[in-house]
Amino acid sequence: MSVKLSTRQVGDVTVVDVAGRITLGEGSSALRDALRDMVSKSQKKILLNLGEVSYIDSSGIGELVSGFTTVANSGGQLKLLNLNKRVKDLLQITKLYTVFDVHEDEAGAIRSF
Amino acid sequence: MRENKHDVPETVERYLDSTLDSVDSAEELALGVAQRAGFDEDDLMKIGMAVRESMVNAVVHGNRYNSHKKVRFSVGHNSERLTLRIADEGEGFDFATIPDPLAPENLLRTSGRGIFLIRSFMDEFEMRHLDLGGTELTLVKYLVSK
Repeated sequence: MSVKLSTRQVGDVTVVDVAGRITLGEGSSALRDALRDMVSKSQKKILLNLGEVSYIDSSGIGELVSGFTTVANSGGQLKLLNLNKRVKDLLQITKLYTVFDVHEDEAGAIRSF
Repeated sequence: MRENKHDVPETVERYLDSTLDSVDSAEELALGVAQRAGFDEDDLMKIGMAVRESMVNAVVHGNRYNSHKKVRFSVGHNSERLTLRIADEGEGFDFATIPDPLAPENLLRTSGRGIFLIRSFMDEFEMRHLDLGGTELTLVKYLVSK
């Protein structure tokens, strides 16, 4: 299964539920396109829910970083929610875990914006 | 005495097209051999990821998706270790130019983490230029940690 993205609005926060694999090709470009689309619509508060992400490679990590900087450069914030162990480990060994604002609870993540 | 199936040496070699489908094929092949060799789920994840990153390097950066160029992929194991070799037919590159993805100035780069992840997940890693052109990566995972 490739990546599946669905978005919902909680107050002024756009929550993106991501499921599947974020890998080079379809998976990472779908995430990139979705984030660029949100930035172009001036959505400034974006919460990426990665709870259903089964796999992420270095290209997928690159897309998370790219999304983070793109949103920040437009004056917004991109935060991460529900990392599974595999994604959390990857962000830790690449020293990105402390770069992102990571949350385990959706309500708390929403309030943090 | 019957031989344990984990102790039966096995080697598989394929010449793969320079496509992203080949990345999936190589991962599948490697995981099949690694599973039969007796690696646990955590190691299988690491091996699969290292294979994907190596294959992406070969297909994308080495052969640049050139349909005339192939990636030679082999995976084998004995009772002690799993060995993978991934060779492209690309121009090669200066290994010294690979930036450190953990350096503060590189943390927000959107690429350049592939080799680092392979090194992190495998027990041995070697890159070499091939005499006839191209680059070969050798990855080793021990069946029993040292």
